[in-house]
Amino acid sequence: MKRRLWHFHGGLHLPEHKQASMTKPVVAAALPDEIILPMQQHIGSPAEPVVKVGEHVLKGQRVAKASEYVSAPVHASTSGEVIAIEERGVPHPSGLPLLSIVIKPDGKDEWTELKPVPDYAQLDPSALRNVIRDAGIVGLGGAGFPSFIKLNPGPDNAVDTLILNGAECEPYITCDAMLMQERPRDIIDGLLIMKHALRARHCIIAIEDNKKVALTLLKNSLQEHEAEFLKIVSIPTIYPSGGEKQLIRILTGKEVPSHGLPIDIGVVCHNVATAAAICKVINEGKPLVERYITVTGETLDQPRNLKVRIGTPCIDLLNACGWREDQTDEVLMGGPMMGFGIPALDMPTVKTSNCLLARPKDQPHQQPAMPCIRCGQCAAVCPAQLLPQQMYWYARARDFDKIQAYNLFDCIECGCCAYVCPSRIPLVQYYRFAKTEIWAKERDKEKADHARQRHEFRLQRLERKKKEDEERRRRKKELLKKTQPKPDSEADIKQAAIQAAMDRVKAKRATQEQQKKNIENLNEKQQQAIEAVEKRRQRLRNAGADNEENP
Amino acid sequence: MTEYALILVSTILVNNFVLVKFLGLCPFMGVSRKLETATGMGLATTFVLTLSSVCSYLVNEYLLAPFGLEYLQTIAFILVIAVVVQFTEMVVHKTSPLLYQVLGIFLPLITTNCAVLGVALLNVQTEHNFIESALYGFGAAVGFSLVLVLFAAIRERVAVADVPEAFRGPSIALITAGLMSIAFMGFAGLVKG
Amino acid sequence: MLAAILILSVLAILFGLLLGFAAMRYKVEGDPIVDQIDAILPQTQCGQCGYPGCRPYAEAIARGEADINQCPPGGEAGIVALADLLGRDVKPLNDEHGEHKEKKTVVIIDEKLCIGCTLCIQACPVDAIVGAAKQMHTVIKDECTGCNLCIPPCPVDCIHIIPVEDDIKTWCWPEPEAELEQPPIEEPV
Repeated sequence: MKRRLWHFHGGLHLPEHKQASMTKPVVAAALPDEIILPMQQHIGSPAEPVVKVGEHVLKGQRVAKASEYVSAPVHASTSGEVIAIEERGVPHPSGLPLLSIVIKPDGKDEWTELKPVPDYAQLDPSALRNVIRDAGIVGLGGAGFPSFIKLNPGPDNAVDTLILNGAECEPYITCDAMLMQERPRDIIDGLLIMKHALRARHCIIAIEDNKKVALTLLKNSLQEHEAEFLKIVSIPTIYPSGGEKQLIRILTGKEVPSHGLPIDIGVVCHNVATAAAICKVINEGKPLVERYITVTGETLDQPRNLKVRIGTPCIDLLNACGWREDQTDEVLMGGPMMGFGIPALDMPTVKTSNCLLARPKDQPHQQPAMPCIRCGQCAAVCPAQLLPQQMYWYARARDFDKIQAYNLFDCIECGCCAYVCPSRIPLVQYYRFAKTEIWAKERDKEKADHARQRHEFRLQRLERKKKEDEERRRRKKELLKKTQPKPDSEADIKQAAIQAAMDRVKAKRATQEQQKKNIENLNEKQQQAIEAVEKRRQRLRNAGADNEENP
Repeated sequence: MTEYALILVSTILVNNFVLVKFLGLCPFMGVSRKLETATGMGLATTFVLTLSSVCSYLVNEYLLAPFGLEYLQTIAFILVIAVVVQFTEMVVHKTSPLLYQVLGIFLPLITTNCAVLGVALLNVQTEHNFIESALYGFGAAVGFSLVLVLFAAIRERVAVADVPEAFRGPSIALITAGLMSIAFMGFAGLVKG
Repeated sequence: MLAAILILSVLAILFGLLLGFAAMRYKVEGDPIVDQIDAILPQTQCGQCGYPGCRPYAEAIARGEADINQCPPGGEAGIVALADLLGRDVKPLNDEHGEHKEKKTVVIIDEKLCIGCTLCIQACPVDAIVGAAKQMHTVIKDECTGCNLCIPPCPVDCIHIIPVEDDIKTWCWPEPEAELEQPPIEEPV
């Protein structure tokens, strides 16, 4: 019986370009000369290194720990020596560097002690989540959100449906397809582990209908009793059916609310590669150190999928597939719709890298934009049902309040609008610009509010200090009035002050008198000398006192 | 009953005070830059127009006409309108200081809005009774607000669009108003008179 | 004649009483618009606008004494926001008050030269400098707003301005190219 499916608004049918990279089986990429592990390969706070330069590490050994709740540890993807912990270029559109641990492989590729979990079903879900967290598992679909958080429904939510996203809707990318073909049982085992952690009722693995082999192999791997709660569903091939919100709409007919999460409607969605990685952690004890990456493009001699150690420089993978540098315009990390140009090719692949795409020269996207003719094609294809044209005009005018009124932050940056624009306007660039500007403005506002608070507190502090000083002065004056009953003239007051000072000195000397030093064990002569001096001092003091009383 | 419906349709659409009678153009051009201020102005004008229309009718009916002082209509009506506007200003200042600041000088300028005085005088001219006067004033205000909101919405979009250098600012606004006026001519003949 | 004068006087008195009553009933205390203006200003408390701080400038704008284009740290964006709020026209930044610097800066004290005089601590409007008499002074980087008010009082010139660099978390996408190409005009055959 065919399962009912829904449609999402818009979407595009794109040329797939997937065949070229699926002709060969997946092989492991060669060990590179250098493994570079950035401290941030996930959404959240950067990880903190726990190894030192010069230390020898084993494959799978934790080299950086999670710094906060939303964070993930990093593990060495091969054995070797840590030669540096420094800022290195990372594959990010900004080209800015990030703290990274650099390992020189020793060639042995030796695993550290592995601790598989023999019977995960007996474990409490939170203990299971901790194991997954400590293995550094993040969403391998591209976002990189720490998976253990998405395996925690929270105390108030129940998970009705767990969806595994095997859609892989973007052209050129085939790493998930190959994974489903080569290791279908691992994916299903991973799903069962997730189901246990989430206590989900139903499970679905969604695959686009252009991946017939993967579909068949997965269905064949399914055991009979599992078929009661787990369905493997084929969905129509349309971009971006692999987007989380679009996939949930296709499979359940429900829409994730704006500013909300899928858990709000009882759904959790993970990528198939994440499931396979979780299976590896539980069954073999191996943390996340490698992943499948598609290396493809028209300027490669042998496009294929490779099993890559995380931290392998991109250039190594390109060379392994015979790339023709002179014909290549740029190399994208990701697909043609959502990928970005890698600033430098010696940058490493990270946990979220799914594809390296070599673009030939003379592509249409390089030509400059023309004026908007208000055709409305962009709104017709937007899978989030937004109005890209209006957002474009307001982004151009830098009217960030109005653009948010058009739900800018619901944009998934899929690129459908830019793809169909007859004027070739780079629409997604405008939305990204608007989003980062709005975040920068919010940060500035927070800083300004904070500065205002500090300024107001300072003004209060100075006010208080002034009041306290006045108070002190007033009290002192009163005290002075009390101790001097008739302060007739200034001269008298001065005299009184001088007298008080001299009294103090006298008192001090009197106490010093009693604290004489070195007066034990004296002989007769010394004793007499001391007595003579004492007599003289006494005489002088008395004379001085006389002088004072009779000025 | 149909009389009242006809009055409303006539004042809101067919004989729209701004686009057909060309009264009240000052706030129409001055307050229509942003949708929020236009809405606020529309509400304020509705309140003023309805109230002053009713009060003018009462003043005319019970204070001027019985004593044959129709020639004082203009002065008396302006007095009434000024008082109502002043009252409205105080209420707006209290309830929405932001709207008060934003409307600025245009709030007291409702006094000089020719549409307001026009409604009062037209009520007398067409010899409306009490209910008809009230509806006439209310309908005129609704028509004014409708057109003001439409115009503001268009102006907001035009402000961020690619307008040629020579047309930017008031020029394109006036052309837009002219085109809207032509559009509203489409209602002509819907209601007789 | 008399009737006319009488009627109008009666009307005037009536309305006068009504308005007087309304004025008392709807009295407005204070001026909340100042808070709204202050919320837009960047709070650097630098004084470049000519007023001793952001709140006095906000009050001056509300009173109508100051124009909205006197704040360099707020820049064009600040002027546009103020214009939006108050329904005034957008003007370019008034050069007399300084120029808008795109890059954010903070200050740093050269500890080798600091003599512990506390003059900079007294000058800082947000208490971002830690120190005491004859003790080392240092600037808390996260609290510094870049107003540069501490630099003139320093007798040994040990305070330097340093730019705040972007890191991956604060990096912004650049604005796409605004230049549009005109499509080629084809000559009619």
